[in-house]
Amino acid sequence: MQKPYAITLTVGSSLANHTGSWRVEHPEYVHRMPPCNKACPAGENVQNWLYIAEDGSYEQAWRELIKENPFPAIMGRVCYHPCQTACNRGFLDESVGINSVERFLGDHALEKGWKIDPPAQETGLAVLVIGAGPAGLSAAYHLRRMGHQVVVRDATHQPGGMMRYGIPKYRLPREILDAEINRIKEMGIVFQLNTRVDDVHDALEEGFDAVFMAIGAQLSKRTYIPAGESARILDAIQVLHSFEDGQPPLLGRKVVVYGGGNTAVDVARTAKRLGAEEAIIVYRRTRDKAPANDEEIEEALEEGILIKWLSTVKYKGEDDMMIEKMELDEKGFPQPTGEFETLEADSLILALGQEVDFSLLGNNVDLDTKSGVMDVDSNMMTSHPGIFAGGDMVEGDRTVTTSIGHGKKAAKYIDAWLRQTVVEPKVEKEAVKFEDLNSWYYTDAPHAVRERLAATRRVYDFSEVVQGLDESTALYEARRCMSCGNCFECDNCFGVCPDNAIKKLGPGLGFEINLDYCKGCGICVSECPASAIEMVSDL
Amino acid sequence: MSTTQVKFYQVGSFAVGNRLLRDDERSVQSDPDRTNALTSGHRACQGCGEALGARYALDAAMRATNDQLIAVNATGCLEVFSTPYPESSWRVAWLHSLFGNAPAVATGVAAALKAKGNTTTRVVAQGGDGATVDIGLGPLSGMFERNDDVLYICYDNEAYMNTGVQRSGATPPAARTATTQAVGKQPGNLFGQGKYLPKIAMAHDIPYVATATIADLRDLEAKVERAMTMRGARYLHVLVPCPLGWGSASCDTIKIARLATQSGLFPVFEAINGEVVASSKIRKRVSVDEYLKLQARYSHLFSPQRNDEVIDHLQRIADKNIERYELMGE
Repeated sequence: MQKPYAITLTVGSSLANHTGSWRVEHPEYVHRMPPCNKACPAGENVQNWLYIAEDGSYEQAWRELIKENPFPAIMGRVCYHPCQTACNRGFLDESVGINSVERFLGDHALEKGWKIDPPAQETGLAVLVIGAGPAGLSAAYHLRRMGHQVVVRDATHQPGGMMRYGIPKYRLPREILDAEINRIKEMGIVFQLNTRVDDVHDALEEGFDAVFMAIGAQLSKRTYIPAGESARILDAIQVLHSFEDGQPPLLGRKVVVYGGGNTAVDVARTAKRLGAEEAIIVYRRTRDKAPANDEEIEEALEEGILIKWLSTVKYKGEDDMMIEKMELDEKGFPQPTGEFETLEADSLILALGQEVDFSLLGNNVDLDTKSGVMDVDSNMMTSHPGIFAGGDMVEGDRTVTTSIGHGKKAAKYIDAWLRQTVVEPKVEKEAVKFEDLNSWYYTDAPHAVRERLAATRRVYDFSEVVQGLDESTALYEARRCMSCGNCFECDNCFGVCPDNAIKKLGPGLGFEINLDYCKGCGICVSECPASAIEMVSDL
Repeated sequence: MSTTQVKFYQVGSFAVGNRLLRDDERSVQSDPDRTNALTSGHRACQGCGEALGARYALDAAMRATNDQLIAVNATGCLEVFSTPYPESSWRVAWLHSLFGNAPAVATGVAAALKAKGNTTTRVVAQGGDGATVDIGLGPLSGMFERNDDVLYICYDNEAYMNTGVQRSGATPPAARTATTQAVGKQPGNLFGQGKYLPKIAMAHDIPYVATATIADLRDLEAKVERAMTMRGARYLHVLVPCPLGWGSASCDTIKIARLATQSGLFPVFEAINGEVVASSKIRKRVSVDEYLKLQARYSHLFSPQRNDEVIDHLQRIADKNIERYELMGE
């Protein structure tokens, strides 16, 4: 080509100039641990299912959720949601209402009748699960998904364990419980109810390849209380159990519950619903030291339940009782003060904690226990090969969520034990901190509160107290998630690169760094709201 | 049932895009098919604010004009790093003449289009603060006074960066540059009378004057788009931090622009026919310290000890901006 006067070079694009050669470090997309996921005792991938739900793909979100936990509708009601306590959004306005979105997904799935796919392949191996509580059912579900034959035995006539006999129905309606249990039953899990296992060793001889024990902790702890001849002293677990079986015990007009855990609160609220004029909880320490969940205490107070903090029971007579005031010493232990008070009380219900009933261990001594619970190794296996244990009967928080987590974990190790494989050790990742996020980009969007039944109406019946969210509110709540540590395609990196070195791959596919031009300035990392990009050295 | 309207997404409207937004709610920059008016391979420093600002502004102008755009460029970093002979990073019709004459050249381009009866092709002139505030001020004022149909965009990085960080009329007080060293009784640039070009532009009563920063993309794009709906002389003043000249980390470029607005030192507003009609409110107010601390050009204010007198003076300037442009409130 004839070039104009004094022009010696042909004009070209700067794309020929690969500025990537200037760089000493470059950005990489990463998946970091969101605090909610890390806090979840059931090991749910919360951030991920919220992300999926955000565009209205509820079925896909639900399927992601049940990879870890088969009971979202139950969990969305009874879980004490440590995920929300850990949620980074709490530092901005209020934590994301993860629990309410979980309940929405769970209820939505029941409404739509979504089923769980049967296992793709049968392994021909059989596992016996003893106890149809949350740990046992969770283990059964995961083992069934892995293709094993599962038989669940329970001594009672209905499955659910403490979800049925411990948690009152105003917190967990039975039709929800039944529907979610029924759904896992349809996967081909065999339930043998009214079947008490007297000796776990017999099960192995029956031909099961492994056993998972999850019988819970059902023996109420006792304490000596001097009592008059006709004093009525009951045990909280038995009260809840017989009520569930349709034989509510006679409690009288004035009921006192002794204890500060969730069972104490549950039984007091149940007593009020059964018609007690007055239900009083007596606890020896203070509210902040009480093991009961604070939301539950709050709801109990709203319903007119009185709580005597810093008090112990000294004596129970026929229709009255005596309590002693306590005070905390420097170490935080309650000490008697010598001050007494008399309360009217037709009955006293003890809710002082529960112990494990070890009778099913049989007479053999090859199963170790430790401080009142089963001793299991890091694989949830007892000292007897092939016998695993979890839930309330081993060490850990005694909550439904923890039990569901135990069931899942045990299933993983039972599966590995059966297949003679080794489970890849889980790498503990640090959770993303609020300071890691670029919070500028998150606008304030306060928490959508779930409506509660008016307290006055609640105490007359067993209707569910906490209501669910409708779809638009659940969606709003899901979209409040800040997606800590994981890309949610906000396009910031793509927009802020001064060198146009980021390629947008399309919906769901994320982005790619064009290393030919990336100069390694790090603006994409600084401006990523979710802390999902990291600089990596090129040297 | 309590109901709340679904209006917030995780990132409100501050991020570039979001997969949950409709296409027409997304920024120009979130579009994978954006013009990339200034494409890869340019020789700007790591983390250059000006390269980013120019792409933001011209991509938005291209969309607003259906790609019928001619850009006239003054001499400066933007020109030098984008067009080392024989390469060009520009993907728009682009013209460069001299340091001070970009407004006059743009006037000529607009006049030529008019003479040819072309009413669809629009003209943008752009330059740094040196070309705008100092060297080209005469031609620019003339362009304003004649109300020529040009949008002039100034990318303000507060000194002559291309030639080695010499002071310009837009260099802020106390800032260290190659020609205002941090020595003597009044270290850094003097507290002069200031030469705030947006107000000079407003004094011409031209149809549109606005300020923006690279920290608020949506706002910048909206202002370019709005300017392109108007005819006559329009002026957009964009703050673009310079990691090299300001002595800041390359990853902090946008953060520093953001802190400039949130401290009140750089007011973001819009003026129609010489009157301020709107200003961007401060969301998270910070003291000027937060802004100054990240920049080595102000390091003499913090070591060996904090220079309270100078920093207080700068804080008063910020406070006055907040009051004058009503930067607080809803």
